[in-house]
Amino acid sequence: MPEAKNRIGLDKEAYKGSKSTLCVGCGHDQITREIIEAAYESGIDPYNVVKTSGIGCSSKTPAYFISAGYAINSVHGRMPSVATGANCANKHLVTIGVSGDGDTAAIGMGQFCHVVRRNVDMVYIVENNGVYGLTKGQFSATSEMGSRKKDGEINDFAMMDLCTLALDLGCSFVARSFSGDSKQMTALIRAAISHRGLALIDCISPCVTFNNLPDSTKSFQWLRDHNISLHEVGFVAPYDAQQVEQQPGKTLSVPLPDGSNIRLTALTEQHDPTDIEAARKVLEKDRGDREHVYTGLIYCNPQSRPLDEVLHLGDVPLARMGEKELRPEKKAFEALLDGYC
Amino acid sequence: MTSVVNEFTINVATVNGSGSASSNTIVAKSIFRMGVMVSPKNLFPSNIAGLPTWYLVRVSEKQYLARSGTVELLVALNPATAAEDIRGVEPGGVLFIDEDLPQAADVGRDDLAVFTVPFAKLAKDFAPDVRLRKLLANMVYVGVLTEMLGLDLDVVMQVIADQFSNKEKVVKLNRQVVEAGIAYAREHFDKKRCPYRVEARDDTRGKILIDGNQAAALGALMGGCTFAAWYPITPSSSLCETFIDFCKQYRVDKDTGEHRYAVVQAEDELASLGQVLGAGWAGARSMTATSGPGISLMGEFAGFGYYAEIPGVVFDIQRTGPSTGLPTRTQQGDIRQCAGLSHGDTQHILLIPAGPEELYEYGQKAFDLAERYQTPVFVMSDLDQGMNLMISERLPYPEKAFDRGKVIASKEAMEAFLKKQKEFGRYKDVDGDGVPYRTVPGVRHPAAPYFTRGSGHNEKANYTEREDDYIRNVDRLKRKIAGSVAHTPKPRVVGDLDADVGIIHYGSTRFAVTEARHRLAAEGVKMRSMRIRAVPLHEEVVEFVRSCKVIYVAEQNRDGQMADLIKLRVPECAAKIQSVLYYGGLPMAAQPIYDAVKSSVKEHVHA
Repeated sequence: MPEAKNRIGLDKEAYKGSKSTLCVGCGHDQITREIIEAAYESGIDPYNVVKTSGIGCSSKTPAYFISAGYAINSVHGRMPSVATGANCANKHLVTIGVSGDGDTAAIGMGQFCHVVRRNVDMVYIVENNGVYGLTKGQFSATSEMGSRKKDGEINDFAMMDLCTLALDLGCSFVARSFSGDSKQMTALIRAAISHRGLALIDCISPCVTFNNLPDSTKSFQWLRDHNISLHEVGFVAPYDAQQVEQQPGKTLSVPLPDGSNIRLTALTEQHDPTDIEAARKVLEKDRGDREHVYTGLIYCNPQSRPLDEVLHLGDVPLARMGEKELRPEKKAFEALLDGYC
Repeated sequence: MTSVVNEFTINVATVNGSGSASSNTIVAKSIFRMGVMVSPKNLFPSNIAGLPTWYLVRVSEKQYLARSGTVELLVALNPATAAEDIRGVEPGGVLFIDEDLPQAADVGRDDLAVFTVPFAKLAKDFAPDVRLRKLLANMVYVGVLTEMLGLDLDVVMQVIADQFSNKEKVVKLNRQVVEAGIAYAREHFDKKRCPYRVEARDDTRGKILIDGNQAAALGALMGGCTFAAWYPITPSSSLCETFIDFCKQYRVDKDTGEHRYAVVQAEDELASLGQVLGAGWAGARSMTATSGPGISLMGEFAGFGYYAEIPGVVFDIQRTGPSTGLPTRTQQGDIRQCAGLSHGDTQHILLIPAGPEELYEYGQKAFDLAERYQTPVFVMSDLDQGMNLMISERLPYPEKAFDRGKVIASKEAMEAFLKKQKEFGRYKDVDGDGVPYRTVPGVRHPAAPYFTRGSGHNEKANYTEREDDYIRNVDRLKRKIAGSVAHTPKPRVVGDLDADVGIIHYGSTRFAVTEARHRLAAEGVKMRSMRIRAVPLHEEVVEFVRSCKVIYVAEQNRDGQMADLIKLRVPECAAKIQSVLYYGGLPMAAQPIYDAVKSSVKEHVHA
């Protein structure tokens, strides 16, 4: 049987990367597989992929997917700035940023806020495990207050919620997910790639080594028991052979500018992610309800204005321009100098 | 009384926020257009309104453009500093003073020619509005100086029109006030008591009057910079702001409105350099402009750029150390910091311009070098040359194409590369010069993509922690940066080439050194002068140091930062290197150099 190929004629192998060196069972490796699946299904040209990251376990993962893409494993907490520059240089690149809760919510908090507020056209995945893994188990800023570590230490400080923060900063796509929910994550990543603007996916991704006690709110067991999907997330693009099943009255369709659709099928009550008030309510409920975590597409504004539009960047990338486009002609130059006489 | 023609300094002492900038520029520009060499310097506080500001206009037919260190004519408008300002005037000098201010006699100066001017009263007739009146009061002294110094009235009037962009009402009003100043001076002052005169010459023909930040911004424009990220910081802000102005003028498509540039005002300097490197990595010519505090924040990324080999240009408009206090004062205090900025073994290429011609030239060249050597390049300007108008040769239109270095920017280019080479390795030294070939994202060839990291990579950009890979890589980086001397500007040597006494200097110190050297030569002290224009230091510096009996290194910092770099390069000559330092925050004057050399040269040379 010939291997399946996607719309640009590539098989899934073309989206894989080198072997992971993370701990066996790490949630991040599941996200890596979900990124591979999403990129494959959406038929992204690997040569156009730019993988950006900072420092930490999560930031190592760009090595484990899409080796045929370009990657920059930059500086701790500073991935957003590097991604911003790369995006301005060539807006046609598909930028997939991978970060962690230390990288984003602590050392990189400033850059995170500003990349959101600038609405850089990129996917921003936070692989959120509430703990510093690479430095062996310190609490992070997304740890819940009262959370208990393996050695018994209790976290005394309030948790930062990146989704709430992002929404407040005008983020145009806010999702929360769980690395173990591959179907939801894959659909969200596909939607995030199609979205024009910054798409944040705060994905809870358990650390099997340092933060996986059953009572930790970032553990596999806890997530399996307490994760409530807001809806079933489906993604369908014009080129997709298989359509997402739509249930009348229960399925909400969010069309994206590239012709694709996010299909959200209600499980209990309907959540409309294009309604910012509804998004706020979901996040409030999430914070108020310590017993559960709500996952899915919390907010999406498909008509937002990404940075490249604000900057009036045209089709020819800045990176491809030469003397002809960039130097004023001699006559104009001399006229300019005349102003300094 | 003998008149003094075209060789004196005017000091306009006022408070910032009073709108004196236009008047000052008009005076300086009028003298420039009369064909006389002039060097204005604005000494201003870190403040928006109300603190003392001094504007020095040095007129110098001898073409000395450094701060003179003397004041022959004072326009005193600031009550808070009037006494001190008056004390600072040279014996026999001239004072134009507001009638409400403490007078010369009050501070014990009976040797000055004093002209009391009712600045506010004269302006009052033209403006009922208090704020406008304040602005116009400054134009009164333009009129007074025009009359007393003999400025060409037609020239002054034309400069006023240019200054106010030919806005008819504004031009008319300002001209009227200037005329009122002239009329007042004519009626009340005995011109013979003021010996200073400006006489038209032909010394500025074909030249322009431009500040360093403008010249550098023009360099960036012509050098093909397409991306800039910056965080506002004095004295660098106007560089990016001017770059934006130029881009709006020349890089916006008239039909589509599309921009051929992108500028992002970043959240801090960390993010500025991060964005610059992101853009450089993706193939755009990118830059930031900052000053010392920003450089400190950029340290982490500067090292990353060095190890990951990413081009980017950093304009460092140097000022004094940590704020607050002296952030608007000039210095050359970042040399050592920038030369090795970051953690781990790091070395950077520095270009050190002196004057608008070089700021413009290096403003372009920095992008060529950053791409040729795939590394951050620092252009070391300073507040003195960044924010003050300077006379410059007319800047040449660039004839050469950009040097994009060893970049494989397309599938075809990669195919051509692989015809000659077995394989592509991002960090492989193919040509033996330490400079590898690089690709940029989007190149559609299976050999092209690579994974960029800081320190741990082998020649093929794969992760490694092997000691041999690491050592081979950092040794290559060292060779690469050392090799940059092939393309960076060599030092310039002038003066008495046979002299045993050498003086080394760089950047804006140049102007003071030239003047000091001429004065010393006139007294029989002969010197060879070398101006360093880049780091790493060229072999010529080593030879120069070895061949002199004594070497003075003149610079504007406390610790002799360049002297240290030279001593490290030529340690056996350390004993004969003597620093001549000024670090008070004002633009360097010739006097400290003259004094230091004069007082010590004999013992050194004859010992």
